Amino acid sequence: MSLLTPNPGLIFWMLVVFLLVVFILAKFAWKPIIKGLKDRENEIQGALDLAERTRAEMIQLKSDNEKLIAEANAVRDQILRDAKEAADRTILESKDKAAAEAQKMIEGARETIRNEQQLAVSKIRKEVAVLSLEIAEKVLQRELKDKEAQERLIAELASSARLN
Amino acid sequence: MYTHLRLFFTTALVVATCLFNAPANAAEPTQHESGGVAEGINDQEHKIEHNLEESEEKFDIGSMIMHHIADSHEWEMTHGVTIPLPVILYSADRGIEVFSSSNFHNEHHEYNGYHLVHGESEQIVPVDESRKIYDFSITKNVASMLLSAVILILVFTSIASWYKNNKGKAPKGFQSAMEVIILFIRDEVVKPNVGPKYEKYLPYLLTLFFFILINNILGLLPGSANLTGNIAVTMVLAVLTFIIVHLNANGHYYKHLVKPTGVPAPLLLIMIPVEIVGVFMKPFSLMVRLFANITAGHIILLSLFGLIFIFQSFVIAPVISLFALFLNFIEIMVAFIQAFIFTLLSSMYIGSAIEDNHDADLGH
Repeated sequence: MSLLTPNPGLIFWMLVVFLLVVFILAKFAWKPIIKGLKDRENEIQGALDLAERTRAEMIQLKSDNEKLIAEANAVRDQILRDAKEAADRTILESKDKAAAEAQKMIEGARETIRNEQQLAVSKIRKEVAVLSLEIAEKVLQRELKDKEAQERLIAELASSARLN
Repeated sequence: MYTHLRLFFTTALVVATCLFNAPANAAEPTQHESGGVAEGINDQEHKIEHNLEESEEKFDIGSMIMHHIADSHEWEMTHGVTIPLPVILYSADRGIEVFSSSNFHNEHHEYNGYHLVHGESEQIVPVDESRKIYDFSITKNVASMLLSAVILILVFTSIASWYKNNKGKAPKGFQSAMEVIILFIRDEVVKPNVGPKYEKYLPYLLTLFFFILINNILGLLPGSANLTGNIAVTMVLAVLTFIIVHLNANGHYYKHLVKPTGVPAPLLLIMIPVEIVGVFMKPFSLMVRLFANITAGHIILLSLFGLIFIFQSFVIAPVISLFALFLNFIEIMVAFIQAFIFTLLSSMYIGSAIEDNHDADLGH
């Protein structure tokens, strides 16, 4: 069968042409094509990696922000609480101060009242003494006229004097 | 790129026609070596010619098919339109001789002491039988191979230049279509089968795939050569794979040949010859698979077309044409599948020879 017997001339040409094609394509076609494909793959991989990194960074940033916000909230709460405490304290202090002031004023008033009272009592005593003297004068003047009346007067005086 | 290709084809065609027709038209003094041998060959030649003419009248489908499948010294595009191709002969006494095959277009199919013998396949024989000649002619197959080589180089260098000029841009158009195939071969065929050191073999395997593919497809065109259905061509491809495998095979591979793992000693007597036969069977099966698939496809298609001429009926011809159309589609599929299989098996073959751990018995 001629179909099954390889022709030496064709083998020779096939060998030459195919090897030439392999070398030419390997040098001028496959090398740049494979390099281009690999470059592009690397580029895509790089872009994907970058996106992944950026996403992680974004998540990090977001959690940082949240932390910052939480911290700020805590600080604000603290400040508010402090302010409230300070206000309460101030109010309390003022109240105490006012109470003390009032107490002092009351004390002062009492002192004054007491002084006034003593003054009045001593004045009254003086008045009473004066009155007593005047009464005694009047009694003495009347006694001199009537003995009986004298005695009654003395008793009267005595009872009135006991009042004090 | 398309304009380049078109320009190339047109100029090539014009140049070829001018070159090979010139000596044909020139008046050549026909040599007549009157000798007993020459006369004998002439007689035989006439007989064969006569048979051919007779069979042409009767329409011999077998010889028609053989004529289409076999190689030829001229490229017959269609009946009557023939491009003569250069004949290159080497003989010890005359050295290298180059002349156009159109010189054989004479009554005796004889030129310069050589006969063009038509038979099952064409052959150039010296009139003087004692001389030994080597035929390195640019036959139809060689011309078709050169054409495919030029197409491959033009197509892929233009694609390569796209990668250089459009760095960082999205793939587009024809380059993008080819890229899909290149990536398929790289990622689905070569990478998983050859292993981590695949890049060294990638240029060869890619060239192998595209060379077989383009020649399979060119072979389906009307008036083209049946290159990948020629056993010399598939043999060269298979032998190249064989050489690459055995130049790069590691110790495991060779050790496995003489001492297959897990085989008891008495069985080695049988296993070692089997292993060694297996080494040669692999490229042999590569060679035969491609050759047989492509040739069988051509034979089936040609048989169908032959049926049209046998029946010569307006009723049957359209039916057969439809069937042939269907088979043509299948042949296009086969063109891809055979290129793919040849590359896949070559990859597996290389991969099994270079892999470090030879426990996995691939390819057995």
